[in-house]
Amino acid sequence: MLKLEAKLNPKLFQADIEQEPIRFGFGRGLVAAGKENPNVVALCADLTASVKMDDFKKEFPNRFVEVGIMEQHMASLAAGMAAVGKIPFIASYAMFSPGRNWEQVRTNLCYNDSNVKIAGSHAGVSVGPDGATHQAIEDIAITRVLPRMTVLVPCDSVEAEKATIATAKIKGPAYIRLAREKTPIMTTKETPFEIGKAEIFREGKDVAIIACGQLVYTALKAAEELVKDGIEATIINNHTIKPMDETTILRLAEQTGAVVTAEEHQIAGGMGSAVAEILARNHPVPMEFVGVRDRFGESGEPNELLEKFGMGVKDIVEAVKKIVARKK
Amino acid sequence: MAHLTDEQLKNLEGVACQIRQDIVEMLLEAKSGHSAGPLGMTDVFTILYFTDAIKQDPKNPNMEERDRIILSNGHICPVQYAAMARAGYFPVDELKTLRKFGSRLQGHPHREKLPGIETSSGPLGSGLSQAAGMAYGFKSDGKKNQVVCLMGDGELDCGQIWEAAMWAGKNKLDNLTAIIDRNNIQIDGFTEDVMPLEPLKQKFEAFGWHVLEIDGNNLRDVHDAIFEARAIFEKPVCIIAHTIPGKGVDFMEFDFTWHGKPPNAEEGKKALEELRTLGGKIKSESQ
Repeated sequence: MLKLEAKLNPKLFQADIEQEPIRFGFGRGLVAAGKENPNVVALCADLTASVKMDDFKKEFPNRFVEVGIMEQHMASLAAGMAAVGKIPFIASYAMFSPGRNWEQVRTNLCYNDSNVKIAGSHAGVSVGPDGATHQAIEDIAITRVLPRMTVLVPCDSVEAEKATIATAKIKGPAYIRLAREKTPIMTTKETPFEIGKAEIFREGKDVAIIACGQLVYTALKAAEELVKDGIEATIINNHTIKPMDETTILRLAEQTGAVVTAEEHQIAGGMGSAVAEILARNHPVPMEFVGVRDRFGESGEPNELLEKFGMGVKDIVEAVKKIVARKK
Repeated sequence: MAHLTDEQLKNLEGVACQIRQDIVEMLLEAKSGHSAGPLGMTDVFTILYFTDAIKQDPKNPNMEERDRIILSNGHICPVQYAAMARAGYFPVDELKTLRKFGSRLQGHPHREKLPGIETSSGPLGSGLSQAAGMAYGFKSDGKKNQVVCLMGDGELDCGQIWEAAMWAGKNKLDNLTAIIDRNNIQIDGFTEDVMPLEPLKQKFEAFGWHVLEIDGNNLRDVHDAIFEARAIFEKPVCIIAHTIPGKGVDFMEFDFTWHGKPPNAEEGKKALEELRTLGGKIKSESQ
């Protein structure tokens, strides 16, 4: 059953649950971070409104820097600003930053231990009609492999706001993954959020579904379906991919004996892989992975694509049934 | 600023000769590394670390008011290490640890290892962007710090350099000076064969920069150009420093095959003898 301490949206499973793009929360969080700390500056690569930096630009015109379509320059430029005391947030589509500028992110941000925060919007196949070129489904893998990098995947716009404010307060490079389309707002202002601490949204004894991003909601819906089959699932909002909350994950793997991971990302190298690394070392249990299976996306509506690429409610339900059968 | 006096010049020539010997000795000891660039840029580094061109304090490398020296082409770090050691940033003895296990003198410089290194570099093309970020930060805070970025000419093949050039020009970063080591060589050959850069001066001017062209192996020229750059308002300044790769060691000069290799024992002995005797003009104590 749902965990009360998570203080989720009371309209969680109602048809009229509020929806908002996750990137909107980033926009609000950035303004809040800017108010809290005058060193926060925002750099954008010709996508200001699209990645929701427009409010910050309006509020702090002298602290907003237009970089043009120069993602590589933007990462290094931000490292330079951080070296003289600024806290730069750089934003573009995830495919271009940290996609195109990965080496600059590695050398100038991570190897330098630079206090730069990357916001990568339009991640996942749910970008929709723009098609595969703009659908970043590798970004978790390429950021989590970098020493010193903090990697966050907020599950909705409310959490994205908290994550943005929190990253401004930690030292060192961080990546926040954002999505374009409207998704259900499952959390509330009161839902706990702490970098490095996975949140349990639902408790069940049979399986632990560890999800991130908007697939946390898909997992919650899948858990309701599974009740019909007598399966009780624990749902974990694993928003911090790095440093991952090993304690919580191990405890729940031990309690349930079966783990399904769900992410809008390639299975290879993603959040599920990181969970597998933890379990394999400490407490191996049967695992299933919901995510993209070594393919590129395509144009379509977000829900059509999530289903086609195996990240719908049905896919999580099937993965759970498979793993529960394996467990027995 | 005052022009260099004859006596200052004489002293600086001695320093430059010492740094060149250090470079050869370091490379001999390391058995790997780059020869041509460091020797060619020795005169520029001599001005940067042994005159008032750069505000700095070797005993307090994190001094807030310091100017920033950004080495974008990290592979020529032996010259920076030697200049820093001779300027008092760290013991000269440590130079022989270059590229060795546990050394602060990494094969390509690492900011966190060695105080005084402003950024870790090696992968080419990103130094000018970082320097621009620092310059922008200083300007927006009303601070007077200057930022000097050193780049190789082969490095100008990188697209990111031109992104940074465009952005710095747009933002009129008059506290930013880029010094290009125009030695005409890169790993695969002469720059104009690998990927032509000319007309280089006009390219930077078209991007909104003020460009000075100098003899990068003439200490007076280098010194005056850095101060002239400070006098230019409203634009970042690019100093194209024409240098001789391998300068000071006859058999290395102008030869691109010396870009990325160290001398062997015999070559090293010959190189040191030449440097210590000013090309056979004087007797060396070590002969």
